[in-house]
Amino acid sequence: MSALLQREHVEEWVSIGSINEIPLRGARCIKNGDMTIALFRTAENKIYAIEDKCPHKNGPLSQGIVHDGCVTCPLHNWVISLESGLTQGADKGQTLAFPTKLIGNEILISLSAKNG
Amino acid sequence: MKKNLVIIGNGMAPGRMLEHLFDADPDAYDVTIFNAEPRVNYNRLMLSPVLSGEKTYEDIITHDDAWYQEHGVTLHKNARVSQIDRTAKRVTSENGITLSYDTLVIATGSNPFVIPLPGHDFEGVLVYRDFDDVEQMLDAAKAGGRAVVIGGGLLGLEAAAGLRKQGMEVSVLHLMPTLMERQLDQAAGYLLEKAITDRNIDVITKANTHKILGENGKVTGVQLDDGSIIDATIVVMAVGIRPNTQLASDSGIACNRGIVVDDQMQTSDMDIYALGECVEHDGQCYGLVAPLYDMGKVLAQNLLGASKEYKGSVTATKLKVTGIDLYSAGDFAEGDDREEIVLRDAQAGVYKRIVLKDNKVIGAVLYGDTADGPWFFDLLKKGTDVSAMRDTLVFGQMFQGGAPLDPTAAVAALPDDAEICGCNGICKSQIVNTITDKGLSTLDEVRAHTKASASCGTCTGLVKQLLSLATGEEISTTTIQPICACSDLSNGDVRRLIKAKGLKTIPSVMQELEWKTSCGCPKCRPALNYYLVCDWPDEYADDYQSRYINERVHANIQKDGTYSVVPRMWGGMTSSNELRAIADVVDKFDIPAVKVTGGQRIDMLGIKKDDLPAVWADLGQAGFVSGQAYAKGLRTVKTCVGSDWCRFGTQDSTGLGIKLEKFMWGSWTPAKLKLAVSGCPRNCAEATCKDIGVICLSGGYEIHFAGAAGLDIKGTQVLGMVQTEEDVMEHVVALAQMYREQGHYLERIYKWADRIGLDEIRSQIMDQADKRKTYYDNFVFSQKFAQVDPWSERVSGKDKHEFNPLATLDLREAAE
Ligand code: SRM
Ligand SMILES: Cc1cc2nc3c(=O)[nH]c(=O)nc-3n(C[C@H](O)[C@H](O)[C@H](O)COP(=O)(O)OP(=O)(O)OC[C@H]3O[C@@H](n4cnc5c(N)ncnc54)[C@H](O)[C@@H]3O)c2cc1C
Ligand code: SF4
Ligand code: FES
Repeated sequence: MSALLQREHVEEWVSIGSINEIPLRGARCIKNGDMTIALFRTAENKIYAIEDKCPHKNGPLSQGIVHDGCVTCPLHNWVISLESGLTQGADKGQTLAFPTKLIGNEILISLSAKNG
Repeated sequence: MKKNLVIIGNGMAPGRMLEHLFDADPDAYDVTIFNAEPRVNYNRLMLSPVLSGEKTYEDIITHDDAWYQEHGVTLHKNARVSQIDRTAKRVTSENGITLSYDTLVIATGSNPFVIPLPGHDFEGVLVYRDFDDVEQMLDAAKAGGRAVVIGGGLLGLEAAAGLRKQGMEVSVLHLMPTLMERQLDQAAGYLLEKAITDRNIDVITKANTHKILGENGKVTGVQLDDGSIIDATIVVMAVGIRPNTQLASDSGIACNRGIVVDDQMQTSDMDIYALGECVEHDGQCYGLVAPLYDMGKVLAQNLLGASKEYKGSVTATKLKVTGIDLYSAGDFAEGDDREEIVLRDAQAGVYKRIVLKDNKVIGAVLYGDTADGPWFFDLLKKGTDVSAMRDTLVFGQMFQGGAPLDPTAAVAALPDDAEICGCNGICKSQIVNTITDKGLSTLDEVRAHTKASASCGTCTGLVKQLLSLATGEEISTTTIQPICACSDLSNGDVRRLIKAKGLKTIPSVMQELEWKTSCGCPKCRPALNYYLVCDWPDEYADDYQSRYINERVHANIQKDGTYSVVPRMWGGMTSSNELRAIADVVDKFDIPAVKVTGGQRIDMLGIKKDDLPAVWADLGQAGFVSGQAYAKGLRTVKTCVGSDWCRFGTQDSTGLGIKLEKFMWGSWTPAKLKLAVSGCPRNCAEATCKDIGVICLSGGYEIHFAGAAGLDIKGTQVLGMVQTEEDVMEHVVALAQMYREQGHYLERIYKWADRIGLDEIRSQIMDQADKRKTYYDNFVFSQKFAQVDPWSERVSGKDKHEFNPLATLDLREAAE
């Protein structure tokens, strides 16, 4: 509980653009130094951010098909939860997931990973 | 000398009777059939799915012309028998055919009852009995407007639902206060009425039709007793049927309500039998097929000298309106000597009513949840004493003696002689034995061998469960394989329903076909997207988010997230200019690998995604378009050098390959489509392991198809020989279109051909010029929208967001 509060405290929100720039059920990338972060917009207009790197063999998750709060990796079809970065089903692994929030149409991201 | 058996009427009853007869003794009779309808025997039960567009006339044919030929049966179509001369033992038809018989079978079915209201003979007042009626309704539906259906029974509701699906406004007029009042009490009638009105069909109960209105002999509306008027372009009367006895009674054969037959199905004339809806047996006339099939079985044996007896039938039926589950069996009239058990679950929309007499089930009505129908029907037919399970009876079989968890357990628990398929009178043991004896593994095989589930299809679920019980296999994988976990429908069903319901967007497919997930999954979305692209080329807007990455960005993703780019080299031909342009692009973008592919063209590998539009721009300058090396669509057309250069070449294989590729590029197909043209049978272009291949010969062109050389290695099959390049184009394009329209997503042409049958494909493409032409035209139409180079579109700015990052941030600590 206290760890969570603490994290809340250090979270620093960065504005990265408008929700309208991401296609519905699609994704866009943001570059942060060497890291690429994929931003997803689901059918329900929720925004999620995870590192653009599949825990299997580093597949670019931003290129996958978005469905039901998950993305299916374009390389070998692992399914990754957008919320937690956790792989679904039998495959084991996790991708960094970042908190996001929407203020109006503006997307904000915090670069301290939820599950880092 | 064989004896002459003449049959009047070619409906479902004699059709089945003849099958039994030929099974037992194919050579006993010379058989001639007179049919008033201008066609072969079809499954009348399935007229409603034809009316609603869920099936076609071809789908419901029971015996095709070949069947009559094979069994040596003469079928006179469009030949209504107008006279029976019993002394001379001769029948005469309206179109002037006279024929003697040794034995005569009358199977004239019933006539729909037409209420003799003023105006009942206006044009546009229809009944619902045969395929002509359906055609008339479909014609009327094209013009739109309102249909008034008089009669809210099974037939009337099926007609109403079908006409509604065809886009008409529909009103159902029902005389009584609730629909199907004979079967349902008021509350259940209300549930049904709600389900019907939810389909945007108006239901007017207590509606007594006063007269039918018309102008210039054509119907314009209906006036009710209360004076109100409903406009209508057609009026369908579905108020009941009357056994068709006219011909028999005119010939002096004893008739009451129906033609009177004894237990042997014999009429008052020793040489004349009757069966089907036209007969009255033991004071009973029937209006459902199951009893008629029972009669057919008895009569077939008696015609071969046995003396079997028909002892009457109890009947069960289901309403065949997609999405409404209603089952009724036996006798459900109220009476002092009867008890009722009723279960209602308004929340779940379930209603069950069991009628008991002397502790035995004599009737059952199930609405909303009909799974236990056959079980109640079995108790009813056997007259089982149910006192011991009375308290839980209405909850169904699952609740008797502990609750089995597994749905197949209920089927496993059914007794061997429990009837599974009511239409065909097939019981559990017949199905199970046939499955084990013949080693069957698919639903279609079970249908073919037992007929179970082959008529109205409502027992399909049970038959599948029996199949999985008997084979110990999860049947969903061998029979109806759903498109994915989001739906129970198969790819075939989905394709059919998209057409039938005119669904033109992915959300509407998911809504109308009751998808179980909110927005599908990576299996169904690309499939649906393809089906919609194929079926509505001009109207459907491609959904890029439902395409796999390669088709979305028009390049092949590689293991490191970079892309490869393969431009078209038409028929494998290239030039110094093309090669120079490729060389320049490779240098300019620092492309790490260049490779000649297995498809006779050049692949540039390792291109960064952001660079793709610029690479394409340069390639486009040199005249290149996308090679679609990533597409479920036309890939390559491989060629050999042919008569231009090769000393053995018989025709211009290179030129023909280029022509095909230029004509067909850009088309989407269920799975990838690869072609090749070889200049002679030495076959250097490997045309005999392609999806479609052409081998040039000096006298023409041999078209091949259904080959593959990937996961499976398959030599092609020959489609046929044609004479000119134009013929090749027409046949190849028609074949590709037939595959496009019928293939399941990711099903390559050889798998599709396995499913459809090589002969069927050959017959449609080689022998049926009109079909071929239609396929060809459909392809050409769809190419108008498909032949747009995706690369140049993106160079001009389409999907820009795909290729640029949304934002670039300063270096920040990502993890804590
Ligand atoms: C590039 C190429 C190999 C090469 O370097 O020569 C190639 C590369 C790939 N093939 Fe292939 N196939 C290539 C010719 C073939 C051929 C030969 C041919 O076409 O004559 C075959 C066997 C013939 C056939 O298809 O029947 C072939 C059978 C396959 C299969 C098995 C398909 C099957 O139904 O059994 C796959 C897997 C699939 O499609 O699911 C496949 C899949 C692939 C994929 C798309 C794998 C993937 O999903 O990433 C590869 C893409 C690499 C890329 O980025 O370019 N490739 N592939 C060839 C491109 C041809 C072209 O110019 O378009
Ligand atoms: C739309 C619809 C849905 C139905 N749904 C179901 C259902 O779900 N379940 C069910 O059990 N039953 C259903 N039925 C009823 C079922 O179709 C009939 O019980 C069955 O078809 C009767 O078979 P039959 O051979 O007696 O008569 P029919 O199939 O009616 O055949 C009689 C044939 O004889 C021809 N004929 C008549 N007079 C002459 C003559 N003088 N000379 C030559 N030919 C003649 C007629 O043109 C007709 O083709 C449905 C019926 C309809 C119309
Ligand atoms: S055979 Fe085809 S799919 Fe396999 S590694 Fe080679 S290119 Fe890739
Ligand atoms: S890299 Fe994502 S599934 Fe293999």
